Amino acid sequence: MASGQQWVLVEMVQALYEEKEDLIEEWQPEPLAPILSTESSSMTYDVVTGPPSHKMLINGKQCINFASFNFLGVLDNERVKQKALSSLKKYGVGTCGPRGFYGTFDVHLELESRLAEFMKTEEAIIYSYGFATIASAIPAYSKRGDIIFVDEAACFSIQKGLQASRSFIKYFKHNDMDDLEKLLKEQELEDQKNPRKARVTRKFIVVEGLYINTADICPLPELVKLKYKYKVRIFLEESMSFGVLGEHGRGVTEHFGVNIEDIDLISANMENAVASIGGFCCGRSFVIDHQRLSGQGYCFSASLPPMLAAAAIEALNIMQENPDIFTVLREKCKSVYQALNGIPGLKLVGVQFAPALHLQLERSSGSLVSDMRLLRSIVDHCMERQVALTLARYLEKEERYLPPPRPLSSCFLTVPSGCAVLWAILFTWLHLDPVFSPSSLKAD
Amino acid sequence: MVQGGVWHDRLLMKTLTHPNQNGLKCKETQACDDATQKGSEPIVTSRQHRLESSKHVPVLIEVLLYLRSSIVILFGHLRDFLRAVGIGERKCTRGREKQKKHVQGPAVTFGQHRQEVFEKAPMHVAVLTYLGFGIVTLFGYFRDFLRAVGLEKRNIAQEREEQKDFVPLYQDFENFYTRNLYMRVRDNWNRPICSLPGPVLDLMERVSDDYNWTFRLTGRTIHNVINMGSYNYLGFAENNAEFLETVAEKTRRYGVGVCSTRQETGTLDIHVELEQQVANFLGVESSMVFGMGFATNSMNIPALVGKGCLILSDELNHTSLILGARLSGATIKVYKHNDMDHLERQLRESISSGQLRTHRPWRKILIMVEGIYSMEGSVVRLPELIALKKKYKVCLYLDEAHSIGAVGATGKGVTELFGVNPEDVDVMMGTFTKSFGAAGGYIAGKKDLVDYLRSRSHSAMYTSGMSPPIAEQILRAIKCITGQDGSEEGIRRIRQLAQNTRYFRAKVKEMGFIIYGNDDSPVVPILLYMPGKVVAFAREMLERKIAVVVVGFPATPLTEARARFCMSAAHTKDMLDEQHHARLDFSLENSKTIKLPNPTYAALGRRL
Repeated sequence: MASGQQWVLVEMVQALYEEKEDLIEEWQPEPLAPILSTESSSMTYDVVTGPPSHKMLINGKQCINFASFNFLGVLDNERVKQKALSSLKKYGVGTCGPRGFYGTFDVHLELESRLAEFMKTEEAIIYSYGFATIASAIPAYSKRGDIIFVDEAACFSIQKGLQASRSFIKYFKHNDMDDLEKLLKEQELEDQKNPRKARVTRKFIVVEGLYINTADICPLPELVKLKYKYKVRIFLEESMSFGVLGEHGRGVTEHFGVNIEDIDLISANMENAVASIGGFCCGRSFVIDHQRLSGQGYCFSASLPPMLAAAAIEALNIMQENPDIFTVLREKCKSVYQALNGIPGLKLVGVQFAPALHLQLERSSGSLVSDMRLLRSIVDHCMERQVALTLARYLEKEERYLPPPRPLSSCFLTVPSGCAVLWAILFTWLHLDPVFSPSSLKAD
Repeated sequence: MVQGGVWHDRLLMKTLTHPNQNGLKCKETQACDDATQKGSEPIVTSRQHRLESSKHVPVLIEVLLYLRSSIVILFGHLRDFLRAVGIGERKCTRGREKQKKHVQGPAVTFGQHRQEVFEKAPMHVAVLTYLGFGIVTLFGYFRDFLRAVGLEKRNIAQEREEQKDFVPLYQDFENFYTRNLYMRVRDNWNRPICSLPGPVLDLMERVSDDYNWTFRLTGRTIHNVINMGSYNYLGFAENNAEFLETVAEKTRRYGVGVCSTRQETGTLDIHVELEQQVANFLGVESSMVFGMGFATNSMNIPALVGKGCLILSDELNHTSLILGARLSGATIKVYKHNDMDHLERQLRESISSGQLRTHRPWRKILIMVEGIYSMEGSVVRLPELIALKKKYKVCLYLDEAHSIGAVGATGKGVTELFGVNPEDVDVMMGTFTKSFGAAGGYIAGKKDLVDYLRSRSHSAMYTSGMSPPIAEQILRAIKCITGQDGSEEGIRRIRQLAQNTRYFRAKVKEMGFIIYGNDDSPVVPILLYMPGKVVAFAREMLERKIAVVVVGFPATPLTEARARFCMSAAHTKDMLDEQHHARLDFSLENSKTIKLPNPTYAALGRRL
């Protein structure tokens, strides 16, 4: 009897084992990289030969560059290059270590204090890559259980930061303060129900200064009002507005005349207006210093190559020495905006002074794919006429908010402040008003 | 025993006579005092302006601090006692012995793989390490209490007045470690340098007037400190104008930025050339380069795996891999470091039982490993992994951040070290920060994979392209390593590195230190265990003009604090032998005598 039972047990184990073997044998994984359909043309990139300055050789064709974020024309500034070269001579190229382990150079300390001084904040911290800046900063403060209110048009690096923080995310409609207030009120009610929990739940609002996805500006003064009303901290991502908006290029805070102390954390990259690599966060030391131990992209990554930091310092010098460039840039943005507005079939979105404008199709041609194809043909058409625009690219599956409300795509048009001479070409092919003369843009 | 006693007394005397100075650094403190007397304008660190020095500690605290010192000394005696009664040094190995019994199937010879020994801390050392942490923690609580009742000054930056009624930005306990443990010893990290991070570097001297709450740069430079901390494996962190001519030329031509993403107009001709060269160098079909090594991992793993996929990750993987895995949304299982047996058990279990709850079959399974683990110096067991991977049809992601360029006869990383076909590794990832002396990272593999990443990688779409001069530096390094520049220099450097590594490892072992890792690995961690000793070691080495990296909890397990030496080909034989190595030996010997008396030598010196 007993031995019989034992035998059954052994058989069962044997059967289980065999079943396991079979299951393992049967399992067929998907390929790691799925074969792409030919439609996704992004496998082949446009290749730029030589520097991507105002005129560039793209796919072997000489074009005027309306596609790079080189807003201030710092990229091919001789002074910046000389600074980078002298830094190269002294420090070589790489830093061979993170900031903690002999990767902190005097140039980094100088750049940090210069940025803090430029932005008029207590402290600044630099990251070695623009993308990693806000993506590391958000999870340094906001943890599991905390609440983040975020504009649904927020850029991809913010989205990744939110995801890494594992906090509770509440999206509000793009630039809709009523919607935000509604969410905040809901949360307030929730907090009253459970005050013990509310005492330890941090709350943040994360917004962009100038949205890269929509080219419009956040209503900062209202946000600050809401901040004090509901006791929520504000994190502001200024990659598109730093070095662009404001009298001295300090960004949205200066543009609106908001006290920079009211913003808990400002982050921006140095890859657009500053035309180097990297990013920074600035604010009060109470806030910023925490990242030196908790910012993953800061602690665990090699520090910024000194020559890039030196170039950024020189770019800051240029920005400080002639604040006129910001006025020039804004004027140019405005004239381009006016010139491009009202092209039949195309819609121009964003604010007038945005340095990167989005051209969208007025009516969708039916599907995203055909829209993309149409826009691509517009970009190609421009390129044949020696004007380089670019198709804004998004990961459709990953993005929460695809730029235009109806899924259309948009072309980027960036306004470099440096070039003035050859604008006529752009405007003539767009059949524009001749009142807009290139000479009006010849400011520098 | 007697000697030990004398040693304590001397130290105690020192502490008593200079209550406001630390025993180790009194020279430095004096120097800084001189500087202030002369009225020279010291460069102020960013925090300085809002904090004041806290030199005037209330008498009560002084008394308590002495009390603490004496407790520490008591423990020192206790340790001597333990040694005297003979709680012996127990040694055991971990990981490698039991492997063969369980691994079914993969019949690979492991001839090339040398024994990797992880010697465990002797019992009394472990106990004392815990005790050390315990004491420090207790005193942390005590000081927090003093701060709360207002007896001790709060040095930490404060919340803005207007926002006092907000929910606190930091939970109090989150900062306990920083405030009470890290703050005491933080002079050993983030030391600023003002030269290239070559075989020797120049450190900017800095002092603290308030026990490390703030630092002040004195404006003086400590010249020619031997650099054992930077990942300059092949010595490409150099500023020889001749070598860097092409880099300078590219800077003049392109400038330093790109100002666009790869998919838009941020792909320059130099990137195309670089990607071709990287693929050729690694012996794979195709490659793609990215501007930041950390982001290469964290932005590409989510493109490869997602929901319904499984990631099997080595427990010692780098943060960037962990972050990437987390962002991908895949299920993550962790296996013991380099334990193929554990990995296989997990594989079998996962495949046969499918996804959690739904029990559907996994979509993809990815094993994530590193070539050389940066904190252990251990080398991945690649042949076994490849056998496992083939047996179970799973994919392999190999992060060669520390191994590319650093191991293998021609510097091609761990695949070359083991003589396996690079095509067998599905995703070859690596960084250019270390051996290549540049910045950024790559992903290489089959053309399909790389093409897929070109269209789906987060990095390709939303981040800036690689800076052209940086790309040129990598090209230059690859051309040098592969001999395309027509010289033997690259090969010479690889050999030099291997030679230095073996020499150094043998030497340190000979001295009786416990080290971790593979004999071929240029990362040499020396185990120091006790928190106080780690700090003392770093400071003493700096006194002897050697820059080392020390790490402790939370970067390592509590009881495995260590110092890490990174070998470089630029540490030439002449340099090492004639002067530096002699000095190194000397200091190592010395720190050995330091470590004898008790675990909290530094604690005493620093007045904790």
